[in-house]
Amino acid sequence: MPRIWKSTFKDHDVTPEQAYLNRRQIMAGAAGLGLGSIAGPAFAAPEGLEPNPLEDITNYNNYYEFGTGKTDPAEHAHALTTEPWSVKIDGMVDRPGDYQFEDILANAQIEERIYRLRCVEAWSMVIPWNGFTLASLLDRVGVQSGARFVAFETVTRPEEMPGLRYPVLDWPYREGLRLDEAMHPLTLLATGIYGKDLPNQNGAPLRLVVPWKYGFKGIKSIVRITLQEEMPFTSWNDANPREYGFYSNVNPQVDHPRWSQATERVIGAGLFGSRRETEMFNGYGEEVADLYAGMDLQKNF
Amino acid sequence: MTHDGTATMSLKDRLAQPVNQTLRRIPSWPLYIVGAIPPVWLFVAGLTGGLGVDPVKAMEHQMGEWALWLIIASLCVTPARRYLGINLIKFRRAIGLLAFFYVLFHFLIWLVLDVQIVSQILADIAKRPYVTVGFAAFLLLIPLAATSNNWSVRKLGPGWRKLHQMVYAAAILGALHFIMLVKGFQLEPYIYMAAILGLLALRLPDWLKRRRR
Repeated sequence: MPRIWKSTFKDHDVTPEQAYLNRRQIMAGAAGLGLGSIAGPAFAAPEGLEPNPLEDITNYNNYYEFGTGKTDPAEHAHALTTEPWSVKIDGMVDRPGDYQFEDILANAQIEERIYRLRCVEAWSMVIPWNGFTLASLLDRVGVQSGARFVAFETVTRPEEMPGLRYPVLDWPYREGLRLDEAMHPLTLLATGIYGKDLPNQNGAPLRLVVPWKYGFKGIKSIVRITLQEEMPFTSWNDANPREYGFYSNVNPQVDHPRWSQATERVIGAGLFGSRRETEMFNGYGEEVADLYAGMDLQKNF
Repeated sequence: MTHDGTATMSLKDRLAQPVNQTLRRIPSWPLYIVGAIPPVWLFVAGLTGGLGVDPVKAMEHQMGEWALWLIIASLCVTPARRYLGINLIKFRRAIGLLAFFYVLFHFLIWLVLDVQIVSQILADIAKRPYVTVGFAAFLLLIPLAATSNNWSVRKLGPGWRKLHQMVYAAAILGALHFIMLVKGFQLEPYIYMAAILGLLALRLPDWLKRRRR
């Protein structure tokens, strides 16, 4: 029984589906006529998940291509050109190719998902994403049998991304998922926040959101998706395999070698805001724990 | 003092003289007042939302960084006199004490506002090398702050100088603490470490001379 990520109200009959679509999606889709005047959807936070204000979400980002400071992305990401945008989908798929972002959107069913984002740095915030399941895109391109992993790559444009001048990581930023993780209904490709276009600093125009994993698995500004047999290269694992595993599932029992993962600072709670206990799989254990049945999560961290 | 150094020494002295004369007229006590402004401003800014969405981390980081700046500034005093002939020694106590209080605030912010949970604080100090290193630097500074008064200087005699050389270790540990806590390869902490090692290296000629005697 899905919790948290599922809206408690069934509002498809009340709020037109299109009201969830952002400006860009309205332009891309055929259904966008005269919808500008329709009031935005209600953003109820199921299970007490109260989303952070947009200001928090857009001014506290880890996007090292724009600098390592938390406000660097907000400062520099405006330089990123996101139109036109295409995603190369290749590897073990039936229909490989360069997919235009508009084309991806036109075929996507945009939903709202309110997820808690737990960063490996032991802080968290709640974000109301708009997006579609990665599974739906993978179904569209046709995953061939034998494919076991999905690899992702972020755009690299040194002239637009000042952080690329520094060898903080082995650029381009790359991430990966096991195929079953990628196909899980919780795994989202986000295109918006609060019903608006995804801000550049949050990974426009298309980013991954895997709510039961640490935030860095949610690769931003995706330009390439590859289906493959081998476990893919992942940037943080490459930078420091002792600290960042391939799986990087949120796990309060497995500490980061340099800090505890038992608790997390709540972003937006102010100077005296307290910590909260970190939950196994970031609270999504009911949905995802069986993906890892029989695995030693201390070893496969 | 030396045969060929005389000419340059006097030129150096001639250039440094007006600077030293000006410095002599400036009292050191206003430094304490000036030094109190940044932490107070930081706290007020944190309370009023001026530090962004994660004010605790911002305060913690800023206090630590400023403390490192002050420690580096205190390490500049000796080379400034040795190589530039500029005498800043009367400001050194204020700089050093401010550095200690900045480190103390940095530690308290981490303790009270960030981690909060006593058992986790102790576990962090014992288990996490970057915390251990930072905490060790803080401990080293305590006796230095406690003996930063004329009475202690008189009482300890030549031992005071030896004791206060612990600041070298504290500075290196402070920069190491910063290097160890950042994610990925970041330049800033290495710049501080290089500055500290450079400032210590500038003392080598005098150390070697003293040892030869």
